[in-house]
Amino acid sequence: MELSGEIGFWIAAFFTIGIASFLYKDNPFYKFCEAVFVGISAGYWFVSLYFQNMLPKLFDGLGITYMFGLWDEKGAIQDVLAGQWNINILHILALVLGIMMLMRLIPSIGWISRWPLSVIVGSTAGLWMVTYFQSNFLSQLRQTVIPLFDMNKIHGLAEVGTNLAAQGKLIPFDIYFGAYLGNIVLIVGTLTGLIYFYFSKEHKGALGGAAKVGIYFLMITFGASFGYTVMSRMSLLIGRLYFLFGDWLGLVR
Amino acid sequence: MQRFFERLLTMDRRIIFVVIFLALSVPIFLQIKIDIQVTSEVQILYDALNELSRGSRILVSCDYDPGSEPELQPMAESGFRYFIENDLKFIIIGLWPQGPLQANKALEMISEVNEGFVVEDGDTLYFGHDLIVVGPDTIRYGIDFINLGYQVGQELVIQRMGSSFGAAFPNDSWYGRPIGEFSIMDGLNKLSDFDFIYNLSAGYPGTYEWVQFAVDRFHVPVGAGNTAVQAPLVYPYLDTGQLSGLLGGMKGGAEFEKLVGYKGRATLSMVSQTAAHIFVILFIVIGNIAYFATRGKQSKRGL
Repeated sequence: MELSGEIGFWIAAFFTIGIASFLYKDNPFYKFCEAVFVGISAGYWFVSLYFQNMLPKLFDGLGITYMFGLWDEKGAIQDVLAGQWNINILHILALVLGIMMLMRLIPSIGWISRWPLSVIVGSTAGLWMVTYFQSNFLSQLRQTVIPLFDMNKIHGLAEVGTNLAAQGKLIPFDIYFGAYLGNIVLIVGTLTGLIYFYFSKEHKGALGGAAKVGIYFLMITFGASFGYTVMSRMSLLIGRLYFLFGDWLGLVR
Repeated sequence: MQRFFERLLTMDRRIIFVVIFLALSVPIFLQIKIDIQVTSEVQILYDALNELSRGSRILVSCDYDPGSEPELQPMAESGFRYFIENDLKFIIIGLWPQGPLQANKALEMISEVNEGFVVEDGDTLYFGHDLIVVGPDTIRYGIDFINLGYQVGQELVIQRMGSSFGAAFPNDSWYGRPIGEFSIMDGLNKLSDFDFIYNLSAGYPGTYEWVQFAVDRFHVPVGAGNTAVQAPLVYPYLDTGQLSGLLGGMKGGAEFEKLVGYKGRATLSMVSQTAAHIFVILFIVIGNIAYFATRGKQSKRGL
């Protein structure tokens, strides 16, 4: 056992145990760690936002830092004053929209903030509309319209089939069954899932039965997703345990 | 028996916490080996990397922070190790501020020499920083790999890279020099000039955005490593072939380590994770038995 001599490890261990102490019950130790975490996070993100975003994208782009001798490249203000109308002018537009957004802090003229908001909504919708349609609709739809049996659907199966056929052998039943079953599940799951979300007709009779099958598919999906979430949380805990037992206490390598 | 089940249902939840804690920690000390089965989604990624010719250039986007380190860091380490051993050049970027720092940490971790320096052509090159040594291979910053750091703008950065890579990342992050000064960047003018994208993602922006912009718009293959929480959300992209392989959570990382031939933290953690899963399943089964065994009594009481 070789305890770590690094102060950073001791601080990290202190906060790890402090946060984990909540599992026993709420206590001042936990409250302290939580408050420090929230404070540091807020500070970190503020500084990150300033140095990664506002300083290079706005102040440098506008030429404010150039005016104070903090940056050696001219910005939009210098270009406009020199009568040069180039792409830099967009920084002035960004500044104006930014100031308009802050108007919501003054209730009497808060409506002005809707203008920059509409720019954000409009540009985001325009950017994502085609992308979503292509990636999440067309591609998924194309993949659902498939032959009932498709060897290429199972990774490496086509190769296995070709090799076995060359040897004059048949593909084993379980592999065939897997290929069929996967596609049937895909088609049935998609159709019944869609039927479940069809609310224009009461879910009775065949429609009701299909909707019920759709619910089961959805529940299995949520269950699988939850299983992954549990796995993820366990992984994070394992990471912390390795830190405590390994990096901090030196009990394991 | 009925009373036993009733007591089970009202058991202090802290007992469960202790059991899970023991299930996770005891295997860490026992160093038990476990056989890891490689799933097809991991194999697809490995095969896609294997198809790249030597000298191919891979864009590595580290879109995660220390909070996801246990799951994604092993994927970064084994990925870099694979790239170095197979003579693949890699360009590191991040759509998350801490991502490129995590990449540095991974490189430092796999580097077998982290002290000392050499002077070449007037440049002082430090081991573990400018020179990464893995087995018989030594790679050099700016020639075999480079870190361009973080760029703000989420998916818009990917969109920007599609038309001009230099506009999105004008300088490298270690020295702040223009990317044109580094030979690794020769001919890399836009996203479609890359041979492959290796994305490690813990959320937004991440694999979703890489698939939707880099794959579907600029036609560059993307292989991804995701946290287990996110993995189920990107599985549909795997089925359609939009995603060239997926490493899902620590288990995916362990499978990739097996293929790469590197026993890292993900492989070592699999026993702990398996033990914890067994206990979770047992708790679910016992909890359900206890619930159904006491259900009649509870309804009589009007519960």
